[in-house]
Amino acid sequence: MKFAVIRFGGSNCDSDVHHILNDLLGVSTDLVWYKDSIEGYDGVVIPGGFSYGDYLRAGAIAARTPIMNSVRRLADSGKPVLGICNGFQILVEAGLLPGALRTNEYPKFCCRWVNLRVENTDTAFTSGFKEGEIVRMPVAHKEGNFFADDAALQDMNSHRQIVFRYVSPDGNAADYANPNGSVENIAGIVNGSGNVLGMMPHPERASESILGSDDGRRIFESMVEYAEQG
Amino acid sequence: MRYCAEITIQLKQGMLDPEGETIQRALTHLGYAVKSAHAAKRLLIELEADDTDDATGMVDEMCRKMLANPVIHNYSIVIR
Repeated sequence: MKFAVIRFGGSNCDSDVHHILNDLLGVSTDLVWYKDSIEGYDGVVIPGGFSYGDYLRAGAIAARTPIMNSVRRLADSGKPVLGICNGFQILVEAGLLPGALRTNEYPKFCCRWVNLRVENTDTAFTSGFKEGEIVRMPVAHKEGNFFADDAALQDMNSHRQIVFRYVSPDGNAADYANPNGSVENIAGIVNGSGNVLGMMPHPERASESILGSDDGRRIFESMVEYAEQG
Repeated sequence: MRYCAEITIQLKQGMLDPEGETIQRALTHLGYAVKSAHAAKRLLIELEADDTDDATGMVDEMCRKMLANPVIHNYSIVIR
């Protein structure tokens, strides 16, 4: 069992994810430069950061690097692929996930703790949660405003692809609980098969109680458990 | 032949445009009766092509493959 954390120029949450997987969960994990190979890995994490300076659009350049073809093959083979923040932006730009991530409604970098409601526990990343559970993680982004047109949203809802929604502490998907203006308070989505997750909040920054929450750790634990079942 | 392509990439109509709205508000504060403002990205690309059609075709492909995001953007191309 081994995982890869892909590093692009400008990735900056790579070491944090490596720490969680390697040091906390005891899973052999490599930091893999985007020009190197991810053949033979059991799962991949695309971490947060500002790949290629967010030039053109956040994630647009990284999404078109050759390693993303390998990520697509790995995803097609059913292995887990997790994109966090800039990693989520890269996955939608690469077409592995539907929709787009626009500039925040209030067009400023937004860095704060949010409450998320777990909408679907039947994915490679959420088996360790209870459906409807409220969890806490931080967001830190300027382009996290998720958009998909009505037809795409309907499709995503009917296939239970919306995994996390921004909610108030008591679980209400209210406007004030939405940090960026995302449609339907969407914070994280999966592909149709449930083995590719993109999310704007940072689970790696909420994986140890000393950080204020360890809710995020269960995403990594679920992902590893899923990969172990092969 | 060498051609110059001017590409304008803009959010689709009706799409939330916080940058445009912020600019509009600032212009209004300065006393201008501005009804709307929209931000767009302009790219200038020099390229080799057989003729104008060839250049247009290549730049259109670039827009579809990378420069614009079809989920949220419209784009226009002027070739010189």
